[in-house]
Amino acid sequence: MTAVTTDDVPTRRSDFAKVRRTAETILIPVGALVASALIFSAFLLVLGKSPIVYFELLWRGGFGTAFSIQNTLQRSAPLILTGLAFAIPAQIGLVMIGAEGALVLGGFGAAAIAIPLVSAGIWPPLTMLLMALFAMMAGGAWIAIVGWLRHARGVNETISSLLMTYIAIAIMNFFVEGMLRDPASQNKPSTMPIGSDYMVGDIPGTAVHWGLGAGIVLAIALQILMGRTTFGFAARVTGGNPRAALAQGLPVGTLMVTCTAIAGACAGLAGYYEVGAVHGQANASLVAGYGFTGILISFLARHNPVVIVPVAIMFGAIAASGGLIQRRMDMPDATALVLQGIIFVVLLASDTLYGRFAIFQSRSGGDRT
Amino acid sequence: MTSEMLATILISMLGGAIRVSTPFMFVALGETLTEKSGRINLGLEGNLILGAMVAYAVSYQTGSPWLGVLAAGFSGVFLGLMHGVICSLPRVNDIAVGIAMMSFGTGIAFFFGKPYIQPSAPRLDGLPLGGWTDDSALAQALDINPLFFVGIAVAFVMWWALANTRIGLIVRMTGDSEASARAMGVEPYKVRIMSTAVGGFLAGVGGAFLSLSYPGSWNEGLSSGQGLMAVALVIFARWHPLRCIVAALLFGAAGALGPALQSVGISAGYYFFNAAPYILTLFIMIASARATSSARGAPGELSIVK
Repeated sequence: MTAVTTDDVPTRRSDFAKVRRTAETILIPVGALVASALIFSAFLLVLGKSPIVYFELLWRGGFGTAFSIQNTLQRSAPLILTGLAFAIPAQIGLVMIGAEGALVLGGFGAAAIAIPLVSAGIWPPLTMLLMALFAMMAGGAWIAIVGWLRHARGVNETISSLLMTYIAIAIMNFFVEGMLRDPASQNKPSTMPIGSDYMVGDIPGTAVHWGLGAGIVLAIALQILMGRTTFGFAARVTGGNPRAALAQGLPVGTLMVTCTAIAGACAGLAGYYEVGAVHGQANASLVAGYGFTGILISFLARHNPVVIVPVAIMFGAIAASGGLIQRRMDMPDATALVLQGIIFVVLLASDTLYGRFAIFQSRSGGDRT
Repeated sequence: MTSEMLATILISMLGGAIRVSTPFMFVALGETLTEKSGRINLGLEGNLILGAMVAYAVSYQTGSPWLGVLAAGFSGVFLGLMHGVICSLPRVNDIAVGIAMMSFGTGIAFFFGKPYIQPSAPRLDGLPLGGWTDDSALAQALDINPLFFVGIAVAFVMWWALANTRIGLIVRMTGDSEASARAMGVEPYKVRIMSTAVGGFLAGVGGAFLSLSYPGSWNEGLSSGQGLMAVALVIFARWHPLRCIVAALLFGAAGALGPALQSVGISAGYYFFNAAPYILTLFIMIASARATSSARGAPGELSIVK
């Protein structure tokens, strides 16, 4: 098939260009997922395990029964929020990897502020609201520093957010092992339990806590903010070309600080739900790597807030099915980590394929796969 | 605080700093080499954990801990080559690939490392350099693992080789200006793949120290993020191999302060000291961020300083 020249039928091009572009952003990640599944199957075959059994158990453990679906959704709740925490700065061009620290600080902050509120016997719903707001403020302010340093001082956001994560964990450890330690927590230093009255309940009719609802609502709200408002447009322009944005007089600094503050607030809220709905107190369990898995989820969703929800649910299913696979196939729980790692590597490598296939470009041509 | 307590703290900090700093030194040197070629590898945490597992497993199977160290290095080469090749594809983000390699390396280390959590493998013996003293605490502090000296030797060799050899010149040129490397007929991606692979080897050896010397066993909580901190250490050392030794010792001393204070009964408050190196690195970044990359000693092609 001969390639059509670029000045050929502009109307048809504009009709199909968007469809082709969308197809590319869907098909390349899906292709990367399929390739990861094949590589992982080869890995299983080398070990003498059946890939068919594995993926069947993955499906059953993740979505097979009402219980497993709830387990999956429960696990996906913090991942949606940490995924958003990577996606929003990514849209403005920042590689911000500090969600783990904001989650820890948010969770710890919520547990800390709960101590006086609970002992004063404040009305539980109000206490929960204050805890959640405080967690978002703590996480948001923490990561906003990263955005501000980037804009005002030119400090690389990736490294500074990584350092800030370690500092956040040290701050939590300092208080949890020191003045805020519950004397009853012997082996695992923790803050005072907030008590069952102050725990976040489940979404009615399910065993899934409200963190999932918060994640979905935030994902939709942020999709609208980034895709449909002047703020989101300005942020994406800045992400595309910071110099052009400055030349246009866009408030790049404000945009960066706001985007990083939103990211930190999302991660801080995830920390609140870890404390307020899962653990009931702040301790080392908060450092569970959700912040780093969120990066992977955001990349797979191409930093698109709404798409993060199903991708996070998929990773929730991988985690939820771990126990079943461990028992039935006699494989260690790290199997899920291997699968995640392969997906992550293949997915990032697939970034190189964008623009390589003629079929996705506005001029027609043969598929070169 | 009595002077005796102070002496106890200082001696246990000395020993602790040497022990804790060794893996820091290896990952920092590995990262320095990779970054000198103009690429950043954020995935050395994966190399470190996989190296620790492989070293322990090989030492257990063969009975030779040094064979384990070598195998750990080659597991690091494997991850480094993967990182190097993937990052050489156009439009691939090297920072993100680093995080992916961390997750991949950790995953395979935990997967294949399960059977080795229980058994006890032969460790690397320390050199009893404290034989001359009667003070048992000091003697213990001076029981130094040979890998510490290997690390120092590697730092000196790297410093000399980067400044004085043809290969060193090619690595530095690729890191400073891709265009001039091309003009000299050097393929930048080949140099970077090799630098990442050799850097990965060093990080793998650092992992071997974790499982074969201190803490000296294999389990899934072995590394507390030393590999991730490699990037910060390199900034702290300003891309200079000899300063990597200083940076590693400083980070090691900060990490050793907690246990040292605990040995005299002070158990609270030292977490702030654990965070001290990170805070210090952050301040260095803030203070030097506006300077030009050459003034900071940073390679010009490095994505994090552009």
